[in-house]
Amino acid sequence: MIKFNKYRSSKSLPPVSTASLPDIVFILLFFFMTVTVMKNQNLLVENTLPTATETEKLDKKDRVIEIYVGKPTAEAKANLGDEPRIQMDNKYITVGEVGDYALQALSSMPEHLKSVATVSIKADIGVKMGIIEDLKSELRMVNLLKINYTTYEGAAVDNL
Amino acid sequence: MKNHRIPQEVNAGSMADIAFLLLIFFLVTTSIENDAGLNRLMPSNDNEAIVDIRERNLFEISINNSDQIMAEEEIINSKILRKKVIAFIDNGGYTLGMDGYCDYCKGDRLLDLSENPDKAIISIKTQRNTSYPVYVAVQNEVIAAYNTLRNRESLRLFNTPYESIYSDYYNEEISDDQKGQLKERLEIIRALYPQKILEPETVNN
Repeated sequence: MIKFNKYRSSKSLPPVSTASLPDIVFILLFFFMTVTVMKNQNLLVENTLPTATETEKLDKKDRVIEIYVGKPTAEAKANLGDEPRIQMDNKYITVGEVGDYALQALSSMPEHLKSVATVSIKADIGVKMGIIEDLKSELRMVNLLKINYTTYEGAAVDNL
Repeated sequence: MKNHRIPQEVNAGSMADIAFLLLIFFLVTTSIENDAGLNRLMPSNDNEAIVDIRERNLFEISINNSDQIMAEEEIINSKILRKKVIAFIDNGGYTLGMDGYCDYCKGDRLLDLSENPDKAIISIKTQRNTSYPVYVAVQNEVIAAYNTLRNRESLRLFNTPYESIYSDYYNEEISDDQKGQLKERLEIIRALYPQKILEPETVNN
């Protein structure tokens, strides 16, 4: 009978070198370091966005003013109840204050971005149109007309 | 004596552990955000401008408090909304030879739908208790209708879909020459099918 592995069988396998393991890990580390975006807002409201298919990307963060709308989160519910609230700048605000806060956010932007500033409305799926309409008329009052209904990517019929 | 000694090697065995710790930290804190959504431009606040529009040029979509969608005086399923909107915009009601005849429209040229895509206006009305997701879905369908038509024209004129022209235009790696050309194309297509979506103030009744 032919013995195929007559050389190998006599010796034990050499150990796998782990010398390159740190390099692999470092590459992964750098990848995650570069793509990471640290959250700068603590969500105080529930925020499950609706879905839509015809979306456009909002990739430039420096010209976006974010407004969150939704029911208060579970911890705050005991004090604040179930009514949808508006969150800007890490705190709850009323509909009437939206204009002020939006202008404040706008004034902190560099001059050349002010004309292209977009308001991103991140409203929860449980929200009714009443508060959204109020919000929109407040934004119209301060002449912020570019808005974006921020959504997840997905079939819009899932909303119904 | 001391000068002759071999420099001691730093033990790099724990390097992997340190890197792993950092890696796990970033893995946990990472949220790869890419926000996307439906862009809309609201009308400015002066309500001075009043324009007369013919009824046939207005496509009214209303969503009531119980999230039923009504278009053109009947309650419809959201699945056929897109088709109806396309049929409305692309109708091209002017007859051949008339001023404003739409030569690229492929609609049925009915008498009760829009005269010309340029005149077609879509209005989306909501009530205070309408759910936001339903509203977004309706917006989505209307925008999808426009995108379908723009895509068709873009394929006919430039042999590329509208979306790819649009995404190329916002790609930063292209040259200024290309950008100018793309912008021109975008404007041509947008002029063929301008997006006119009205959102009247909510009426409580």
